[in-house]
Amino acid sequence: MYQDLKFAASDGVCAGLSPVSGALFKKFCPRFIDGFAVTIELLVLSSILGFLLAVSLVLGRMSGRAVLSWPANVLVYCFRGTPLLVQLWIVYFGIGSFGADGLGALWVFFKNPWAVGLLVLVLNTSAYVSEILRGGLVNLDKGQMEAAQSVGMSWLTAMRRIMLPQAIRIAWPAYGNELVLLMKGSALISTITVLDLMGQTRTVFARNFDLNTYLYAAVFYLILAGIITVFVSVVQRNFSKSRLS
Amino acid sequence: METMNSFLGPLAFGSTGWGDDLLRGAWITITLALWSMTLGLVMGLGLAALKLSRFVLLRWLAESYTLFIRGMPEFLILLIVFFGSDQLINASLSAFGSEARVEVPKFVATVAGLSAIFAAYACEIFRGAYLAVPAGQIEAAQAVGLSAGKVFRRVRFPQMWRYAIPGLGNLWMVVLKDTSLAAVIALDELLRISKLGGETEGRQLTFFAAAGALYLMMTLLSDLGRAWAEQRSRRGISGT
Repeated sequence: MYQDLKFAASDGVCAGLSPVSGALFKKFCPRFIDGFAVTIELLVLSSILGFLLAVSLVLGRMSGRAVLSWPANVLVYCFRGTPLLVQLWIVYFGIGSFGADGLGALWVFFKNPWAVGLLVLVLNTSAYVSEILRGGLVNLDKGQMEAAQSVGMSWLTAMRRIMLPQAIRIAWPAYGNELVLLMKGSALISTITVLDLMGQTRTVFARNFDLNTYLYAAVFYLILAGIITVFVSVVQRNFSKSRLS
Repeated sequence: METMNSFLGPLAFGSTGWGDDLLRGAWITITLALWSMTLGLVMGLGLAALKLSRFVLLRWLAESYTLFIRGMPEFLILLIVFFGSDQLINASLSAFGSEARVEVPKFVATVAGLSAIFAAYACEIFRGAYLAVPAGQIEAAQAVGLSAGKVFRRVRFPQMWRYAIPGLGNLWMVVLKDTSLAAVIALDELLRISKLGGETEGRQLTFFAAAGALYLMMTLLSDLGRAWAEQRSRRGISGT
């Protein structure tokens, strides 16, 4: 059903673009659109899952309990301190090299580049987002937490209802930057054989060595960056509106 | 040394292992990042000057450059520069009737790509730092009769660093990590060497984890360096 919808959309877009597209684009248009869809899927999934994980990470880091804060801190430090490409290759080629014998039931997951790519993108972006959220939280007045707890809220409730909503508002522009960085980083999953926009582009380039291939991909990525920027600023405007009322 | 090498296994130093190869790769990673940052700083200053220019066209040029670079994946930019530089140079060579064909070295192409990216982000930082120097100081400098050039060289430029260094420190981390992309175009930096080592020895996890640890070490040292530079750039300023 969803696949059919995608094919229909791809056909529609390619037919619509065909009067204005050059020979190269006309030939490979379905590939570009297909890759574009994969990139968008991964982006939506990894930003949502990454945000949820980031909230858990930042709660762990701020909890003041070493059992929770230490693992969270180590995870964030490792993912922020190494290149995304290294992380992808460690999980896909490194862990994957143990094969079906070494990994057993986990092999189903690790042999799937799409799933590995999603996992690494989620972990990577959650590390950066949790750092952004932490920046927002430490800038809030500590008195709010004390006030919330003194009226009987638990620490977690106070975080959920009082602290985090404000921290997210403060951190929103920085979070918007991180979304763009995630979008750009997602191009790297083409190195673990996922046919996202970048993967399709490299396949097309390998067939004709026409540099325009990359320029078409650039246009698609710029469109995506534009969409993210508009989305971020619309939400930002809503934030400032509700603050006035 | 012997016991350490047997502990390290395939990562050992000397002829038996890959330890020294990995370190050589790490050195290439560092030189890549240093070259890219140096050129990126110079280009970034130039772009910032364009953005602050009186002429609409120049401002517009710089704005669209940063917009394009910041909206495209670093990986894509690197591939465009890598494949594009050869084609561009060879096309212009044949346009001048020359039969010569050149191949741009991977190192040069990577530095060109990474410094182009660095500059796009650095120019925003420089622009902010330029405007952050209090206007009163500039007026004071003009009032005592300094020429426009001297106001910039002696008053504004030295103080810009104080505002720019935190952002530039972040950019250094970014460019250091982005050098790993050069592994995809088979430049023998740290990640590519560890890929080769892992495939040869059949121990990919070990080698990639070693590369990760080396990157972590580099970013840790950079963090310390950044803290030092930030502190130093604030010396003599009260209340910060």
